[in-house]
Amino acid sequence: FPEMSYLSFFCLGPGAGQDVGRSCILVSIAGKNVMLDCGMHMGYNDDRRFPDFSYITQNGRLTDFLDCVIISHFHLDHCGALPYFSEMVGYDGPIYMTHPTKAICPILLEDYRKITVDKKGETNFFTSQMIKDCMKKVVAVHLHQTVQVDEELEIKAYYAGHVLGAAMFQIKVGCESVVYTGDYNMTPDRHLGAAWIDKCRPDLLISESTYATTIRDSKRCRERDFLKKVHETVERGGKVLIPVFALGRAQELCILLETFWERMNLKAPIYFSTGLTEKANHYYKLFITWTNQKIRKTFVQRNMFEFKHIKAFDRAFADNPGPMVVFATPGMLHAGQSLQIFRKWAGNEKNMVIMPGYCVQGTVGHKILSGQRKLEMEGRQILEVKMQVEYMSFSAHADAKGIMQLIRQAEPRNVLLVHGEAKKMEFLKQKIEQEFHVSCYMPANGETTTIFTNPSIPVDISLGLLKRETAIGLLPDVKKPKLMHGTLIMKDNSFRLVSPEQALKELGLAEHQLRFTCRVHIQDPRKEHETVLRVYNHLKGILKDYSVQHLPDGSITVESILIQATAHSEDQGTKVLLVSWTYQDEELGSYLTSLLKKGLPQSTS
Amino acid sequence: MAAHLKKRVYEEFTKVVQQQHEDLSAKKLRLTKPSKSAALHVDLCKATSPADALQYLLQFARKPVEVESVEGVVRILLEHYYKENDASVRLKIASLLGLLSKTAGFSPDCIMDDAINTLQNEKSHQVLAQLLDTLLVIGTKLTENASVRMRLVEVACKHLTDSSHGVRNKCLQLIGCLGPVEKGVAKEVESQAAKDVQKIIGDHFNDQDPRVRTAAIKAMLQLHERGLKLQQAIYSQACKLLADDYEQVRSAAVQLIWVLSQLYPESIVPIPSSNEEIRLVDDAFGKICHMVSDGSWVVRVQAAKLLGSMQQVSSHFLEQTLDKKLMSDLRRKRTAHERAKELYSSGEFSSGRKWGDDAPKEEIDTGAVNLIESGACGAFVHGLEDEMYEVRIAAVEALCMLAQSSPSFAEKCLDFLVDMFNDEIEEVRLQSIHTMRKISNNITLREDQLDTVLAVLEDSSRDIREALHELLCCTNVSTKEGIHLALVELLKNLTKYPTDRESIWKCLKFLGSRHPTLVLPLVPELLSTHPFFDTPEPDMDDPAYIAVLVLIFNAAKSCPTMPALFSDHTFRHYAYLRDSLSHLVPPLRLPGRKLVSSPVSPSITSHEDPSQQFLHQSLERVYNLQHLDPQGVQELLEFTIRDLQRLGELQSELAGMADFTATYLQCQLLLIKALQEKLWNVAAPLYLKQNALASAAAKQILEETYKMEFMYSGVESRQVVIIHHMRLQAKALQLIVTARTTRGVEPLFGMCEKFLQEVDSFQRCFISELPHMQGSFVDKLLDLMPRLVTSKPSEVVKILQTTLRQSTFLHLPLPEQLHRATANIIEPTGESDNPLRFTSGLVVALDVDATLEHVQDPQGTVKVQVLYPDGQAQVIHPKPADFRNPGPGRHRLITQVYLSHTAWTEPCQIEVRLLLAYNSNRSKASAKIPKSTWSESLEALPQPENGIEGTIPFSKPVKVYIMPKPARR
Repeated sequence: FPEMSYLSFFCLGPGAGQDVGRSCILVSIAGKNVMLDCGMHMGYNDDRRFPDFSYITQNGRLTDFLDCVIISHFHLDHCGALPYFSEMVGYDGPIYMTHPTKAICPILLEDYRKITVDKKGETNFFTSQMIKDCMKKVVAVHLHQTVQVDEELEIKAYYAGHVLGAAMFQIKVGCESVVYTGDYNMTPDRHLGAAWIDKCRPDLLISESTYATTIRDSKRCRERDFLKKVHETVERGGKVLIPVFALGRAQELCILLETFWERMNLKAPIYFSTGLTEKANHYYKLFITWTNQKIRKTFVQRNMFEFKHIKAFDRAFADNPGPMVVFATPGMLHAGQSLQIFRKWAGNEKNMVIMPGYCVQGTVGHKILSGQRKLEMEGRQILEVKMQVEYMSFSAHADAKGIMQLIRQAEPRNVLLVHGEAKKMEFLKQKIEQEFHVSCYMPANGETTTIFTNPSIPVDISLGLLKRETAIGLLPDVKKPKLMHGTLIMKDNSFRLVSPEQALKELGLAEHQLRFTCRVHIQDPRKEHETVLRVYNHLKGILKDYSVQHLPDGSITVESILIQATAHSEDQGTKVLLVSWTYQDEELGSYLTSLLKKGLPQSTS
Repeated sequence: MAAHLKKRVYEEFTKVVQQQHEDLSAKKLRLTKPSKSAALHVDLCKATSPADALQYLLQFARKPVEVESVEGVVRILLEHYYKENDASVRLKIASLLGLLSKTAGFSPDCIMDDAINTLQNEKSHQVLAQLLDTLLVIGTKLTENASVRMRLVEVACKHLTDSSHGVRNKCLQLIGCLGPVEKGVAKEVESQAAKDVQKIIGDHFNDQDPRVRTAAIKAMLQLHERGLKLQQAIYSQACKLLADDYEQVRSAAVQLIWVLSQLYPESIVPIPSSNEEIRLVDDAFGKICHMVSDGSWVVRVQAAKLLGSMQQVSSHFLEQTLDKKLMSDLRRKRTAHERAKELYSSGEFSSGRKWGDDAPKEEIDTGAVNLIESGACGAFVHGLEDEMYEVRIAAVEALCMLAQSSPSFAEKCLDFLVDMFNDEIEEVRLQSIHTMRKISNNITLREDQLDTVLAVLEDSSRDIREALHELLCCTNVSTKEGIHLALVELLKNLTKYPTDRESIWKCLKFLGSRHPTLVLPLVPELLSTHPFFDTPEPDMDDPAYIAVLVLIFNAAKSCPTMPALFSDHTFRHYAYLRDSLSHLVPPLRLPGRKLVSSPVSPSITSHEDPSQQFLHQSLERVYNLQHLDPQGVQELLEFTIRDLQRLGELQSELAGMADFTATYLQCQLLLIKALQEKLWNVAAPLYLKQNALASAAAKQILEETYKMEFMYSGVESRQVVIIHHMRLQAKALQLIVTARTTRGVEPLFGMCEKFLQEVDSFQRCFISELPHMQGSFVDKLLDLMPRLVTSKPSEVVKILQTTLRQSTFLHLPLPEQLHRATANIIEPTGESDNPLRFTSGLVVALDVDATLEHVQDPQGTVKVQVLYPDGQAQVIHPKPADFRNPGPGRHRLITQVYLSHTAWTEPCQIEVRLLLAYNSNRSKASAKIPKSTWSESLEALPQPENGIEGTIPFSKPVKVYIMPKPARR
């Protein structure tokens, strides 16, 4: 009766599989199809930007095929294609995300739309109305809330760190389950806690592996260095520019600087660029329960996101004399406000720019980080960079140790790595297999992986039978399987374990008794009753734990097994022992016969 | 409305101290006693339904039962127990049985049999569990009785097979608490019980219910606590439990492993999946380290805490806990700590200027990288980075304990501790600073580490800064640049937070005396002297300059070549500072300098401390010269008092002693002056003025005696006698003055009576000390006692007057150590001209920050007093949590005082001061009175001495400018 069921896994288009870029994963679990994340690729401006949904639509409508869509967090490489997917391709089923993600996601999508449509002038892109319509299909979930998507499919969110509202999702059908981590962070930072999952033992864990081959240094050193550099510059009277992206790291650094200013009683002003960051801060203020211990505990006195020292930036402030710190978007210094400020301040060696993240090749950020001191700006202008350039990595992904730690916590039966580079994943795969002895997969884009599971099948057992069976023998032990006697009834797609009597009754059958009898010949010249006595003493000596009785009619009973002795009709010296037992006592009965076949001990008594 | 609000404010924020009269309620109970069991019986019989019965029982449980009637009540309860069909009522009865057997003085062995019997027929699991609980209570009361214990354990073993987890739980608990511990007893009863308790409990480590598993481990731990040596075989079982699904099981298992590792540190255990073997303590250490990254923070805290106490672990394993191999793209990367160290050793400064200076270097062999080590790798690195601050604190504590026992580990963990100085939670920062101080004997700070440490000096929290100053006091610095850096940062701190002055000076004092050779090359720079030119003389009142001087002078103490570098004004400043800040500036030997008229010449310092000598000499003088003419005595006393007060100011270590004696002499002086009034003999009404002087003197003496008794720590009984004696004299003086000023005899009767009682109680309290008081006032008075008792008040007064005059001056012996309680209000400073504005009727919170020294039990005695301009006074009891204890004998009070008042027309100052409350009940004198006499005297009249309460102001008042505005309509 072992039914093999499978989980199939599929990554749509470039990005999700062995690449960092966009996530879109299709999982079929026991007949249910779930799409995990719906991201876009920031690097492309053509069709390759969105996942290729034609793989699904070739068999009909999306809504018919997919049971639900789950979005792990609000980064565009995880949710950017959502309006396109739901409104332009057409999907009307439920979309699940956490409350903060639902709140922040539309802001980012709108911003992205503005840049592509209004600035770059692209057509055939989703509209504001589409974003709104799409958000209407979203169902928000709480942490650790089990949501029943339909009768069989249920999902549950776990905290993932990374950014506000990021979650890992457990998808469960029957007793098969998958955990999808999205992006997560196992070390807490200044505004968010660490990812956590219980021992849910899923059949498959789909984990990101951005930093598969990195073990990071303690965050404290980096923070300290960062603060020290900012502090020193400000004390010198210099200005500090920190180019950031609107959401995520910006808030972490804001909190870091804010608390430092508070602690050290500093007076220099800190600014952040208005617009997106301001809007996002509002949501950070609201979703206090999603932040780390410190912020959660102190928000009664003061919400840490209500910054005391950090004010909104105005273009005119850049020319103000005296020290200041400015957070400006975008993070790679390729355009916008951060670049403007950079051009103003670059000439003064007292000033400093701190790049808190990775910069793509070709951007100003990348150039200055690689040591270029003379930059050619538009209009053949040469900008000499005299200000100090610092690099500080504040990444919020789990490193190799973190990934291993999560696997240890969840104890999955299979692991699947996505969202990383193939070469690096290979290393981690090998490690996982070696340490945990579970199989690990790393499918390429568009590749389907099938995993066979060994599902446990629940069977109803009647309470009476359970009690009766557990009462026999020692206390039940969790670790060891226990032998039970009962009848399995399979009827109408349900399994029941009942006592034989009840099964007979239900099926209307009469009980038949099955009895085994066996004759054992023993060489014994003595009288019959003496032989019986000898047998009796022999058995009594061996079977100490059983009740061995000598009945007055000359027979012996061991529990319910009957032994009778008669002299052989031909040879008086040979006694025939008749052993008889029922089917239920098969074990003991066969043991007894084999014992008797060995003969009686040659004792003088 | 406002008035109402204000009233509420006072109700809530001021507590009225009232003496509580207990012991009365106990007597009341006796009246109801005989009916107790009977009433219960009647009640229970009346009960028609189980709910009713339950109600009766609940009511009954609210009242205490006396020892004598416990047994009767128990019988009735048991009777009903057998009759009762409802499980909930039986449950309540069972729990009542337990409660009753707890009654003090009741021996529960008489009800034990009954309790065990009830177990036999009980079907309900809940009731069974409750009954076992009752048995546990009974058993713990009868721990001496081995056979009872044995019986109970047997009962428990019988029920271990029960299907309910609650019952199994209780059984295990019972076995853990009562199981045989001693070897001898175990053997003796083995024949009948034939049970090995450890094995029984161990079998339940694999129970299907996590609660039972936890209970089993707890029971095992209980056995260990009771002195049973656990078997080593349990270790492997316990290790398996570490992987349990339930956090409470894991948490208990971690504890059990720790216990075993302490019991068998040196035994050898095999490493699974390899042929190697390691010491058990190392293995356990590795396992517990592993639990520091457990999923549940409760377990993580538990594990981190226990790591600290595993000192036997080998250093190889210990150092792994701080190791975390970094890599980036499969290439080995150095940690920031390693980079910092390298930079330091290569002599380079600055770091991180280039991008990619942390770029990974060598390639790593992929096979050799172990991502999830079962060993101790990086346990502390993880613990210190944990998201819960509870875990981080536990890790810091553990680090501290391990570093204290291993100097090499201390050196290694330094970087991590320094990192913790930037934690987001202040508690963690503080804890790591304290930890660093504790291990500072073992370490020397590198410059880059010192840099990080000093950066914290700008913290706005005073606690942090002060802790850091303490840390710097006992830190070893390796280079002269380090000293310079520390000085610069401390001076920066001083300008930013001027209130830290004292603490910074003290810190520099130690820094100087610890590193004389490092300070030496810095001296010219610090004093800004120039080989050829004269530099302007710095301002002597500048705290920063004083700070520099404190550092230099303390270094100069053990560096005789240093004074040669001083310029002339430095010597002058030395003389000044030596005088004004004697506790910070040590005596220096400055040969060949006339300018330095140091009060200490080297010849005297060799033997006894001269100031001590001076104190004794002046006291001798006073005591010897008591037969001089009154004028002479007065003058001598006045001079001596002046000398002593000055001595106290100069020598901080003698301050307590000098003040104490000065106060005593002051009392004596007042007494003599009062008695010297020449007009005593003249009829009273005419000399009111003189009487005012005398009565004021009496009053002052009384006050001073209370100060002497309660404000000094280290006062012994010999001094207490003298103080009380002085007080008696003051009272006598008061009596005489009153007799002079009042007409009529009636009021005098009472006063005389009272006085005589006081003399009586004095005699009773200090009977053993009386022989030492020859010729004193009380000695003479006691001789005259029979006469006094019978004579009229006027005669008594006359006798008193003559005895007072004739009595001699008692010699005050000095104790070894004497410290005066002092308080200093740091905040509010009283300098602000901006009034604190608030709406009248509402409250305003005033932050009060004060340091207290030598105050015993400050939580109970220190109060804050607020005096309003209209004479209204308010006493506030600070919460116990407001007191911190930064060091022995020192306390810090940081509290908020709530002020409120009706509207004023203009701002006005209020006074805030600290009071030391005293209560003579607590005094050492009355503590000596045996309890019995106390209760006897209660029968007669309450002792006048008893329950005198009062307060002594012991800090300078600080003025705060406030302005309650009228509320806007």
